[in-house]
Order: sequence, then C-alpha cells, then structure tokens
Amino acid sequence: MYAFTYQRPTSLADAAAAIQAEEAKLLGGGQTLLPTLKQRLARPTDLIDLGAIPELKGIREADGGLEIGAFTRHAEVAHSDLVKRVIPSLASLAEGIGDRQVRNMGTIGGSIANADPSADYPSAVVALKATVTTDRRSIAGDDFFTGMFETALEPGEIVKSVRFARPDKAAYAKFRNPASRYAIVGVFVAKFGAEVRVAVTGAAGSVFRAEAFETALSADFRAEALNGLSVEADGLNADIHASADYRAHLVTVMAKRAVEAAG
Amino acid sequence: MSCTVSMTVNGKTVSREVEERTLLVAFLREHLGLTGTHVGCDTSQCGACVVHVDGRSVKSCTTLAVQANGAEVTTIEGLAAADGTLHPMQAAFREHHGLQCGFCTPGMVMSAVDLVRENPNPTEAEIREGLEGNICRCTGYHNIVKAVKAGAEAMAGAQPAPVAAE
Repeated sequence: MYAFTYQRPTSLADAAAAIQAEEAKLLGGGQTLLPTLKQRLARPTDLIDLGAIPELKGIREADGGLEIGAFTRHAEVAHSDLVKRVIPSLASLAEGIGDRQVRNMGTIGGSIANADPSADYPSAVVALKATVTTDRRSIAGDDFFTGMFETALEPGEIVKSVRFARPDKAAYAKFRNPASRYAIVGVFVAKFGAEVRVAVTGAAGSVFRAEAFETALSADFRAEALNGLSVEADGLNADIHASADYRAHLVTVMAKRAVEAAG
Repeated sequence: MSCTVSMTVNGKTVSREVEERTLLVAFLREHLGLTGTHVGCDTSQCGACVVHVDGRSVKSCTTLAVQANGAEVTTIEGLAAADGTLHPMQAAFREHHGLQCGFCTPGMVMSAVDLVRENPNPTEAEIREGLEGNICRCTGYHNIVKAVKAGAEAMAGAQPAPVAAE
C-alpha cells in the first residue's frame, strides 16, 4: 500500500470539504478499497473515512419503505428487525454478501458507489425503485448505475442514504461464485401491484432490467410465465467462471427461482 | 505520515505511533507482538487474521489500524482466562481435534466465538455457513464443525445460571 493521509471527519460538511482534495478517496468499510490499495492499483493522497458521521448511519422507515444510511454495514441490514419486517428480501440479500467478516465491515454506500458488476446491492437498488440521496441531490435507482464500476456520482459527491420502496412481493436469487461469493448471476424480482421489476446483476457490465421477463411476470406472476424466455447472450460477461451463454441461461433460472421464492 | 493509534487490546489500553497505512494485523503482530493472529492469504479470503473489533469478527488484514482507533479489540491471545484455562471454544477444538497444522485455528476460533455469540445453538448448516470466511486446508472441516458445536454447548453451559425472579 502506498502512503496516504487518513482523515476521519465527524460531519458530512467536513467530509465534503475533505474529499475536494485532489486524489482523495472516500473510505466506507474498505472491503474493496483496501484490497485495491494493497495491490497498489490506486494511489490516493487522502483517505476520508466516513465511519464517524452520524448522518450516514441507521435504518428508518420512510414513505412506507426503508431509508438506509450509506454507512450501514451489510450485517446490520441482514439482522435488522425493521428490514426483515418491511422488505425481507433485502435482509436476505445482505445476508448473502461475501462472508460474515466482510458483512461486518462492508457498507451499502460503499457497495453501490463502487458499482462492481457482480455486486448484489445494485440489483435491489434497481428492482426496488430506490432513490439514492447524496450530499447534492437525489438520483433515481434506474439512473444510478451507468457502467462497469461507473455511476452517476460526480467527483467528490457523497452518498448519504438509499431509499427503497416496499414491494408486495420480492426475492433475490443468486448463483454465486463459491470462492468470492460475488454473483455470477443474481436476479432481484419485485412486484408492486401490477408492475413487476426484474433486475439482473453479475451477468453484464452493469445491472440491467430484463424487460421481456417483466412483461411476462406482470401478466402472470409465476415461474412458468418465464418458460421460453431468455436474455441475449451477446454482450454478457464471459470469464473463467462462466461463459456468456451460460450466464444468459442462468438469468432465466435465477429469475424463476426468485419468483418462486417471492411466492 | 504517521499518527497515534490507541485501542484496547485484550483488555489492555495500548497506544502506538504508526504509519496511517498500517493494517490492523500488522499493528497487532509487529507493533504489539501478538503473533497469534496470522496472515494467510492477505487478500481477505482465508480468515486466518480474524479478530474481534467491538465484539464483531473482522478480517484484520483488510482493516486499517486507524479504523480501529478507540475500539475494543480481542485477539486469540485474549480468549483464555488469566490463569491459562482455555476458553470453552479453544478447549473444544483441542478435544475434537479441530485442527491439524493449526495455522487457520486462531481465525477459526475467533469466527466461531462470534458466530455463537449471535446464534448460541447453531445447526451444522449454520456453523458451515458461519465459517465461510475461514479456509482450512488440512481437516476437511468435519472436526472443526464438531468442535464448534461442542464449543457452543460448552459456552452455553458456562453461562451463569439465571437468577430466579423474586
């Protein structure tokens, strides 16, 4: 790891001022950033630890859904009675991230700001009609992820919280990489009245919605409604873990499992 | 670029001047001489470096020492009683032969203790799931799972009996 200056601001305003320094980086739980630094793949001058800012913490009920502070760790979401009651599928997604020790450190804000193509949370942000609130504005979940490791966040913009709508039914099904536990393919299915949203992570450079699946499930919310449907393999990720064709196949399989789990 | 890091490690307050990039595992091993916490993969996968920070298990190879500034840290050296009596989980690992080479054992025991704190009576499946962040290349896990089950029972037995309401 290259040397850096560590800062631990206690207010959002101080963090916003500190991050303006050239080559400064925000530190959430550090479960991606620290390995990146250890490999010397990045060389920030300053690390701004967001862990001491009360405004970034906590889980609240909001507009019938949930508002989760950016510096809320995966384990807190997984074990929260409030999350289990209001959006249980979100608690179960959080419980499946990484391993126990990673969940004890990693944060939701860090996960979505990093926008790893195989991360779990992006699927929930899109499927659960989330709104990402930053220190500058609100960004619709549908507009937040713009590409592989790319988001709509501007340089120095800080995620404050993520607000999720409460679905009638929802579930997340993931085919995970057994070593890293990242999603080779993960599908989040959420039903809001007649509207169904199907968000796919792991399969492409960034999370995307499977619109044909959504149309079919809006008409008939059963796994069988997806028979014969698949996403185009062209352009999907291909690596040592899974080919593009296999990922395309998994999208349908995971979508069906999610529909069944949603009940 | 150095800073002062202070924390409570195994009940003792410590303070050291370190570089800000110092990892918690390096702080424990190199600055405090607590070499029971191991560095295995150094990529947050194997779990040999697991310690407790404010009661939660974390991978100390993927935590900065400054992130634990002011925290209560427990390492494998802090589990046994002052008179040397092993913690029930340590005793269970010995009794059930939950180790061969022993390199992963400190992390396994720390993860197991954290798991049982949250779930005092875990099933075999819950134990295996709870130890996903710890890799052992010797045992095949079978005896580790047995040890954690026995350790959990011993920990429950070691709790002081509830005082009857008057």
